[in-house]
Amino acid sequence: MPAIRLIVNGAAHSIDVDPEMPLLWALRDTLGLTGTKYGCGAGICGACTVHLDGEPMRSCQVTVAQAAGKQVVTIEGLSPDGAHPVQRAWLEEQVPQCGYCHSGQIMAAVALLAKQPDPSDADIDQVMSANLCRCGTYPRIRRAIHRAAKGGAR
Amino acid sequence: MSPTGKSRPAARRRAGEQCAPAERALSRRAFLKTGALAGTGLVIAFHVPEALAAAVTKAAPATRWKPNAYLIVDPKGEVTVIIARSEMGQGSSTGLAMLLAEELEADWTKVRIQQAIPAPKYGNMSTGGSMSIRSLWEPMRKAGAQAREMLIAAAANQWKVAPGTCRAEHGEVVHPPSGRRLAFGALVAAAAKLPVPEKPVLEERKDWRLIGTSPARLDGPAKVDGRARFGTDVRVPGMLYASVLQCPVFGGKVQGFDPAAALQVPGVVRVERVGNDVAVLAKSTWAALRGREALRVTWDEGALAALDSAGIRAKFVELAGQPGQQARKEGRGTEALASAARTIEAVYEVPFLAHATMEPMNCTAHVQPGSCAVWVSTQNGSSAQRAAAEAAGLKPEQVTIHMTFLGGGFGRRHQHDPLVQAVLLSKAVHAPVQVFWTREDDMQHDFYRPATYNVLRAGLDATGAPIAWTHRMVAPGIATQMRFAEKDKPDWSSIDGAANLPYAIPNIEVDLVTHDPGVPLGFWRSVGSSQNAYVVECFLDEVAAAAKRDPFELRRELLKDKPQHLAVLELAAKQAGWGTPLPKGQGRGIAVHGCFGSFVAQVAEVEVATAGTVRVKRVFCAVDCGTAVHLDLVRAQMESGIIYGLSAALHGQITLEKGRVVQGNFSDYPVVTMAETPLIEVHFALSGGELGGIGEPGLPPIAPAVANAIFAATGKPVRKLPIAGV
Repeated sequence: MPAIRLIVNGAAHSIDVDPEMPLLWALRDTLGLTGTKYGCGAGICGACTVHLDGEPMRSCQVTVAQAAGKQVVTIEGLSPDGAHPVQRAWLEEQVPQCGYCHSGQIMAAVALLAKQPDPSDADIDQVMSANLCRCGTYPRIRRAIHRAAKGGAR
Repeated sequence: MSPTGKSRPAARRRAGEQCAPAERALSRRAFLKTGALAGTGLVIAFHVPEALAAAVTKAAPATRWKPNAYLIVDPKGEVTVIIARSEMGQGSSTGLAMLLAEELEADWTKVRIQQAIPAPKYGNMSTGGSMSIRSLWEPMRKAGAQAREMLIAAAANQWKVAPGTCRAEHGEVVHPPSGRRLAFGALVAAAAKLPVPEKPVLEERKDWRLIGTSPARLDGPAKVDGRARFGTDVRVPGMLYASVLQCPVFGGKVQGFDPAAALQVPGVVRVERVGNDVAVLAKSTWAALRGREALRVTWDEGALAALDSAGIRAKFVELAGQPGQQARKEGRGTEALASAARTIEAVYEVPFLAHATMEPMNCTAHVQPGSCAVWVSTQNGSSAQRAAAEAAGLKPEQVTIHMTFLGGGFGRRHQHDPLVQAVLLSKAVHAPVQVFWTREDDMQHDFYRPATYNVLRAGLDATGAPIAWTHRMVAPGIATQMRFAEKDKPDWSSIDGAANLPYAIPNIEVDLVTHDPGVPLGFWRSVGSSQNAYVVECFLDEVAAAAKRDPFELRRELLKDKPQHLAVLELAAKQAGWGTPLPKGQGRGIAVHGCFGSFVAQVAEVEVATAGTVRVKRVFCAVDCGTAVHLDLVRAQMESGIIYGLSAALHGQITLEKGRVVQGNFSDYPVVTMAETPLIEVHFALSGGELGGIGEPGLPPIAPAVANAIFAATGKPVRKLPIAGV
């Protein structure tokens, strides 16, 4: 197998894996970036959401061959110190409970705000309903996205 | 979620014991050794061999002070609270740290948490039954108070003043008459030389400054930047990833398998039989999954190969005609129905439910000669240690359990099935092994919330007042199946929330027919209350309708002698504007339930479209958990219980065909999304007394509140869950 070149959080990696391997497993098992989570393996729950050239993607549904050469950003690469406005808003609204889905939730929210800097509740519901949470943090996620949209002033 | 009825006193007793013996045994000399050892970063119990202790004392002067099992203070004043429960999102790690920090008078910004490694000094670490804060309420505060008294004594010695003239505040000891202050960190070395007080004086309630507030969760930052480590994130050098193909039929086992095709998959290293199942071990999760797809297995499907939901229900219906074990009798019970002016009857049914935690089940184990290390997201580190020891053929003390964060628990993670697989596989292949379950594995090999079938009858007198209530339940019993039900008594896990009906009805009879069709059963958030609150609160609305009474007013009347139920009921109704008009097609429903020491009422506002689709618009929740340690975490757990319960009420059902679970993923076991989530308001009616639990009590009222709202909107009672499946 020829090595595949992945650019993750700005760093280039040459990895020798099955080109059909979903990006999720390359991130978690090959590169050790375990912040991106497996939840369903079927593109339903959103726990594995990463950015691919700025677009939110389900890393369980993207092969490493498809991701090769593109800019992959994971939760670990969102900010150097956990201080991205969305991460800050998440803490200010005390969103996480178990925390397992929140890497995906945050990556989805960042992508939403990039397209819609001041989304309505309906905008948020429409996009964020593709990311499941079993602890029931949805009301706080919604508030955190509004807070981040307003630059933390709310 | 853990054994809640019978075993609760036992759990409490064990929890209470966990501090005391160590403290009693802790002579000043023993304490010195422990303080010294703490400096090495070793996790070590109080029983330290003399020679070892002496050696370490010489080698490593005390830098970090460890006055008891729950606390470490370092010379910089950083306070580390040891958490002897599982953190699964409920927030008890923050709450437990608050209890200790309150008594210590710590500076909250310097408080950190560290997961305890299961050991006898921590007693039973089972995390369930909404018991974490309640069971450690005394031990954590006592641990903080011990350290506070020692720090004060150390400062007083140094200043040559009476300890009584000093006090601790915000991470410092102060001497108000002279204005002198010393930070905790500067006192660590001196405090470590003092005896540990056996009976430290706890603060009075009026002096609390942390308890009852809402500081930021201590596990928050790691959960927004990918650092938080869950079971599935564990990476051990040389680790193999294992995917286990389990018989799709409960109780079935492997008859034979052909590993050849699986072994052809690049990255696959081994194919191993494990218990009744077959595992593919590989160098990546993906290779293990590919190998598993290629694996050919023939199964002996066993006795349950024909089990299906229709058959299970038919048996329930048949058994409902037979008398069961009496769970409660007031007055004349069933006989009173004969004297009623009018009787009503209804059958209520609930389905099996999966837990569907976001993190599927998994475990990592490394068995070596004479030792076993396990990394696992578990609700019970103590029983995990025993289960691993048994599987490895070792003694519990040879097993080290590293508990990670849990990606949800809800009762599922009391079971150790993947742990046993990981230990057996690691032992077989002489390498660290991570067993990783797919979503389908997780959903189809769960320990399910039981399906139940309930026949309810009520008798009204000539004025419409309810004079009799009977409830016959047919249910598979969790405690019965797990073999810890009380002999000759109805299974408490089935009747909780039904037998303790709070309403003042003069004649009540509840009986239970326990029938186990063979589906594996487990604790599911709020256990018996999860289904029984729905059954009894909906039937009460049918009683109200038959009596032409307002459901809220009828409850008020029947709860006159239940002040805690009544207070939350009235608060929820008031906040919801009970009685104010709603547009056509909308309805309001109310329900109240007490469990795990807390009382919760909820009012749901629901819109039913002409097509029959249901939208839950708003939920007003009132809670009394006695005393709240962390107000916002209580609010979060109410929101959580409502949304988790709403998923079950609207969508949740596990069905069986040919012995197999039909559902496999969130596509056919849907859960509530953000768009379906109602606006939720949480209001407090704290009675100020003993602490109630909070992880579970928010859940039971939501299904009946929503079902009753649909009944109000449509005139048609909802007698079967899930609502979307009716």
